[in-house]
Amino acid sequence: MTAAVTTAPATTTRGAGKTSRRRSAVWLGLTPFAIYVLLFLAIPAVLAVGSGFFSSAGAFTFANFSALADPVITGDLVATIVLSLVTAVIGAIIGAIICFALLGTRPDGWLRTTIDSASSVLAQFGGVMLAFAFVATIGQQGFITTWLVSTFGWTDNPFVIFDNNGPLLYQVIGLTIPYLYFQIPLMVIVFMPAMEGLKATWGEANATLGGTRFTYWTRIAFPILAPAFFGSVILLFANAFSSYATAAALISQGGILPLDIKSSLTSETVIGRANQAGVLALAMVVVMIVVMVVYSALDKRASRWRS
Amino acid sequence: MEDHLITKRHVAGIALIAAAAISLSACSSGTSNAGSTSTISKAKASTATSAADFGGMKGLVAAANAEGQLNVITLPPSWANYGKIIAGFEKKYPKIKINSANPNGSSADEVSAANSLKGQSTAPDVFDIGTAVLDQNLSLVAPYKVSNWADIPADFKDADGKWYYDYTGLMSVGYDSTKITTPPTSLTDLLGSDYKGKVAIKGDPTQANEAASAVYLAALQNGGSADNIQPGIDFFASLKKAGNFLKVLPTQATVNSGETPVVLQWSYNNLAWGPAGGTSGTNPNWKTVVLPGTALGSYYNQAINVGAPDPAAARLWEEYIYSPEVQNLYLASGAYPATLAAMTKNGTVDAATLKTVGAAPANFVQLTADQATAAAKLLSTKWAAAIK
Repeated sequence: MTAAVTTAPATTTRGAGKTSRRRSAVWLGLTPFAIYVLLFLAIPAVLAVGSGFFSSAGAFTFANFSALADPVITGDLVATIVLSLVTAVIGAIIGAIICFALLGTRPDGWLRTTIDSASSVLAQFGGVMLAFAFVATIGQQGFITTWLVSTFGWTDNPFVIFDNNGPLLYQVIGLTIPYLYFQIPLMVIVFMPAMEGLKATWGEANATLGGTRFTYWTRIAFPILAPAFFGSVILLFANAFSSYATAAALISQGGILPLDIKSSLTSETVIGRANQAGVLALAMVVVMIVVMVVYSALDKRASRWRS
Repeated sequence: MEDHLITKRHVAGIALIAAAAISLSACSSGTSNAGSTSTISKAKASTATSAADFGGMKGLVAAANAEGQLNVITLPPSWANYGKIIAGFEKKYPKIKINSANPNGSSADEVSAANSLKGQSTAPDVFDIGTAVLDQNLSLVAPYKVSNWADIPADFKDADGKWYYDYTGLMSVGYDSTKITTPPTSLTDLLGSDYKGKVAIKGDPTQANEAASAVYLAALQNGGSADNIQPGIDFFASLKKAGNFLKVLPTQATVNSGETPVVLQWSYNNLAWGPAGGTSGTNPNWKTVVLPGTALGSYYNQAINVGAPDPAAARLWEEYIYSPEVQNLYLASGAYPATLAAMTKNGTVDAATLKTVGAAPANFVQLTADQATAAAKLLSTKWAAAIK
């Protein structure tokens, strides 16, 4: 907002009246979004993370950071990162393969449009609904589980007992199944435009110069697609990393960081740890920053390739 | 993703509340004195410590009617008969509308709602709150003594009237009799192979009091005590080792579908989910057992929010809660109400219901606030490892 006020006169002094009007119109158009981001993202994020630096009495303290030395919390942090990474990588690979397969179909054909719109819907299918859909499918009484028991007599199948630890679905490792359900379609949505950007002429040029399909993919397509691919992996990682409701509906005993945040905010047995949630939120922000830094380094390498 | 980014959602909520609080606190304090035409003022109602301050029950009802609403929080309809209790209040006082917020929330949610909605018309008026959380937040409650204050035993209430027990259940084992054919007679039975992947508790003990109480019961039944809950943690470690522990949160839906065939929870919840809860939405094969040996109970407390937006309605609600009709409704759900002894003595107890539910146990263990704090501390360091 203040920027909008200061830039407008600055451009008029340069004597370009037309640009200034256009530029202030741009600022005006951006303002609602900027206010929205400020109110619902920036301020809340600062408040949430800031709460980690205060005691429940309101005094400034670093004591809440002892949470990061708690083996339960660190274990959950590692589990969250591993879960997010595994579902992001598997989701990205499967999603990319689907995109590759779709390249062979007509862009306006029914198959591609169906898969496109189905992916848009399924990528948003999360939370408690998704959890219950999987309970009904591979929960203890799920139809696949009961079918495995009734048809094959396989009573101890992984959906009943996995790792001597109850049904697979109610364990952190089992979360990969419902998570992949929304990760793969999300990958299809975000990666398909990049795949579609590959021009047929590049393939032809490669062929005329004596290149094989292999050299086309390794020397041309992959370097061009790499930034988009890794960017998609990061998006999928963030998507799984911050996912909460699906896990909360399936696992009651904690095990990933978003559930620990809920626990410290609402616990009725271990009282007075609400401010610890701010520290855990900060830890999640730090992880995301590290991931973004790694991504931008990768992107730099990739762009050197491209030039 | 609609459900993801909970941290952002939470913080967005905080920002919204903060913004709303700033803009609303001014106007609500301005309007609160305006509605004092025929009845006593809101400020006076907020400090009333008995119905006499309203000039008797009639004055209290008139003041509550003028407010026209009551905000209750974390009262699930299937918990201790709250569905019927709320409906009964609205029938008895048709001019007062009950707004029931966050039915599945925790006691901690009640406190955070009272804090974050302070000064707004949507803040909770009354609490039904666990002792450990209440103990940390005594500045949040206003003293009030219901007309039949004397019917509540002395050690069930604060002498100043800041809080008073309402009901307790006993930790019990609920099971689906189509899957578990031999009723369990001790907790040790749950370690057997019949219970593979079947035993669930109501959440994470480091978070939910009801889940923690399952651990306390296991301690009492395995040589521990209210001061030493380690045997309870050890019991769940062996339950986990046997492959019998189920990590999903049991709900009425999972009990109906057979997803969670054995649940340790308060007797009033196990009873409500079985045939006693009525015919619709319950599991007809759901049985409840309170195991022999030391029993575990835990009274919840009633209390009035010191900043209640509807102070008279809040006080009327407490009068209603301690009336024999509602105390009998608690009893019908399997919860033992605070005035049970007095009601048995003066004959207002519903004798038929008492017979079905069974007499109140002569003694059961209830953790004191200090014991609960110590137990929670042990849980927060040992529990996750025990069930890993």
